[in-house]
Amino acid sequence: MFVKQISVFLENKSGRLAEVTGILGKHNIDISALSIADTTDFGILRLIVNKPDLALQVLKENGFTVSATDVIAIAVEDKPGGLAKVLEILYKKDIGIEYMYAFVGKLSDQALVILKVEKAEDAIKILKENNVKILPAEEVYAL
Amino acid sequence: MKYWDEHMECMDRDTLQEIQYKRLLETVKRVYISVPYYRKKMQENGIIPEDIKSLADIKKLPFTTKQDLRDNYPYGLFAVPMSEIVRIHASSGTTGKPTVVGYTKHDIGIWSEVMARTLVAAGADKHSFVQIAYGYGLFTGGLGVHYGAERIGASVIPISSGNTKRQIQIMVDFGTTVLACTPSYALYLAETMEEMGIDKSQLKLKSGVFGAEPWSENMRKEIESKLNIKAYDIYGLSEIIGPGVSFECEYQCGMHINEDHFLPEIINPETGEVLGEGEYGELVFTTITKEGLPLIRYRTRDITALHYDRCKCGRTLVRMEKVIGRTDDMIIIRGVNVFPSQIESVLLEMGEVEPHYQLIVDRVNNLDVLEVLVEVSERMFSDEVKKLEQLERKISKAIEETLGISVKVRLVEPKTIERSEGKAKRVIDKRKI
Repeated sequence: MFVKQISVFLENKSGRLAEVTGILGKHNIDISALSIADTTDFGILRLIVNKPDLALQVLKENGFTVSATDVIAIAVEDKPGGLAKVLEILYKKDIGIEYMYAFVGKLSDQALVILKVEKAEDAIKILKENNVKILPAEEVYAL
Repeated sequence: MKYWDEHMECMDRDTLQEIQYKRLLETVKRVYISVPYYRKKMQENGIIPEDIKSLADIKKLPFTTKQDLRDNYPYGLFAVPMSEIVRIHASSGTTGKPTVVGYTKHDIGIWSEVMARTLVAAGADKHSFVQIAYGYGLFTGGLGVHYGAERIGASVIPISSGNTKRQIQIMVDFGTTVLACTPSYALYLAETMEEMGIDKSQLKLKSGVFGAEPWSENMRKEIESKLNIKAYDIYGLSEIIGPGVSFECEYQCGMHINEDHFLPEIINPETGEVLGEGEYGELVFTTITKEGLPLIRYRTRDITALHYDRCKCGRTLVRMEKVIGRTDDMIIIRGVNVFPSQIESVLLEMGEVEPHYQLIVDRVNNLDVLEVLVEVSERMFSDEVKKLEQLERKISKAIEETLGISVKVRLVEPKTIERSEGKAKRVIDKRKI
């Protein structure tokens, strides 16, 4: 049920992001979601791509510090309160969210969200019990 | 083969001191007669060679500094006619005029001997393949080790520095057993080897003699595990002879000084006062056998301590500790003496940091600030900002505990700190004082 996310360490200097996306483009790797967490000195680029293993390899070959992390992709109703409902489910079960970000939406009636949570296995179970739609990896990579 | 010259290396200290005194007196007489600079300096201090009645009287003699060599550039301190000089070496001159040193044929013989002792102590013999990846040329590293390796009859591979991938290929193909280079270059070689997909099991390397820059115990561990060798520290400086001034034995508990040739003292760098055994201060050498450029009480600027207790290896030669810093490389930050090696130790002790770092000193609003750049390795990387920030704090806290001053730690991308094939540039001082 997990989606493999690629995380890249980036110093805050111009051109680095262009370089990463350039490398991915050159290897015909498609990005379906991304987010950047940044501090004054450095940033962490998080990517969901169609070929995560290849992305990991080519970025490493180009000297980047990269890691792969398991995250959860969910679909929520694309209307006010849609996301709040899901977050409340997790909150009530005391599952903290490390970070989250939204997809570039392609499905008309649903918003897609990536979640990194503390207790991933528990989170999946709870979300399923509450009929939250969890997207399988293949589906996410193909977006 | 355990020793190259058991007689000299294991001599009882009373006999050694008699020899040292005799040689010291001869040297002082020689420079008094042949080097106008020393005669003048001794006359100014009201001393004649006959005033040196014991080894302890050495403290009556004037110091020699790098500046004195520069002031007498290029040959002013030489004690023989240039026709007897068979070799000239020089420092790079990055901090001023180059320091020029000259050797007679006899001096080259001494140099070969002390380097032979050094290599034998590191496990080399005539069956060894010694790859010399120190630079050849005016720098003393390459040719110094070369002559020593030839003296013991080893097969010498004089590859010099640079061409890293070729170095590795040659190590594999030629069956190199002993590597000689700077410690930072040894690590760089190991790193490049990994990138090339060559495993250490493909090498025949047994040991390495690494010198020309200070390095920590932790860096030794890194080199030893990455290359699967025993890493020996060696020490030398061109003014005294080049590599071979002192060397480690298999017990790695300090470097034995070849003190039948080079007489060491430790002084307080501020006052010039001679310090006792085990006390940290500036290392000072008097050459007592050299002909071409004998130096009296040459101030090395290296900070270390001497130990005279007998070593388990059986050598009686005094041991100097690893150099913990230099009086000139020492950075003074808000009044605190800081040596890059201290920070290196902290980083390596954390266990999750590669030893690639750089110190940037600046002055902001009249206050010194020290920034430590540390390359992020895969082991320490996390996809969570807070974990990386925790790591930064952990490193800065550990450094602060060691140095007693606050520092800013900045994580940088791998391979962004300049690699060096010679001495690593660890400090960038931007202060305009």
